[in-house]
Amino acid sequence: MADAVVQHGVSGVYEPSLFGTYSKKIGMWLFLLSDSLTFGALLFAYSYGRISTPNWPTPFGKESIANATIMTACLLSSSLTMVLGVLAAKRGDRKGTARWILATMFFGAVFVVLHAREWNNLIHEGLTPFNNPWAANVPQFGGTFFTLTGMHMLHVTIGVIYLGVVALRKKFLPILLVLWALGFFLTPAGSVFHYGVHVILLAFVVCALVLFLHPKDYDDHDVEIAGLYWHFVDLVWMFIFPLVYLMSTKIV
Amino acid sequence: MHVAARPIAAAHDESKMPYFVVWGVLLVLTAVEVVLAYEQVFTPLHMLEVLMALSLVKSALIIGYFMHLKFEIARMKWIMMVALVACLTLMFIFFADAYRIVNLGVR
Repeated sequence: MADAVVQHGVSGVYEPSLFGTYSKKIGMWLFLLSDSLTFGALLFAYSYGRISTPNWPTPFGKESIANATIMTACLLSSSLTMVLGVLAAKRGDRKGTARWILATMFFGAVFVVLHAREWNNLIHEGLTPFNNPWAANVPQFGGTFFTLTGMHMLHVTIGVIYLGVVALRKKFLPILLVLWALGFFLTPAGSVFHYGVHVILLAFVVCALVLFLHPKDYDDHDVEIAGLYWHFVDLVWMFIFPLVYLMSTKIV
Repeated sequence: MHVAARPIAAAHDESKMPYFVVWGVLLVLTAVEVVLAYEQVFTPLHMLEVLMALSLVKSALIIGYFMHLKFEIARMKWIMMVALVACLTLMFIFFADAYRIVNLGVR
């Protein structure tokens, strides 16, 4: 109910916002500030290891770099489609909003799939969080790499689900279940993604609770806030890409 | 209070063009980064500096245009960015220590 009662921008009962905008947006900004410290710490840990270890591995060959570059382009393009979605929402164009958000989700999903493929290749070469096939005395490479990129991949996944809820609302719930089933049955039993895909099942429960206990029509403000989160995920990748991939290129 | 008079969510001309331009610039900067890394133009430490500088430009474009911070009021811009930069900078105080281990030896 609170959403309907508090009319931001209407002078009178409530004191105007200190930041000149509605409180949900400030809430998202504050969350993003704290989240950037989380990523800051992970990037710091990775970079510290990178500099303090002389035989840090450089496993990313031409194929990996090309893959990561395509992933970067996907995220950048998804940010553009997200902005276009927010503009459509502000115009009141509901169909356009949904279409642009679905395009954003498509790019995000492509990013996750490409990243998962990259992880699989590295795991096949013997990289684990505790073991490094290229330099046995630098096990922290796997630990920091998987933590950093895994945390980012989790954020992208949550972002795609968040956008799905905003764009499709309850219609997104069966799609989530199908995605979970596809992920679970199409990945081999030993693969990390066979278990990781349960994140989607967990998200299904959370989304169902939110959508049934607090059903509402998401307006242009909600789309804008979802956009803020999405751009932040893109922003973090702009640091992971050079630090992790470009600083560890394998030049033959 | 003087703040009361200010309209919330400042309206401005919403043309799509700037966003396409920013997207293009971001893609070009990414391509530059990849080429620099691939050609190994600089020594690793310089490479790190150049890549981080380019990443800062990219993040400024994303925060300013895509996240719309450029169009928020001054108070919002300054409080958010100063808090963020201050906290992240505090983390990097320890960074010199990583360099010490390699170059000065562990005591």
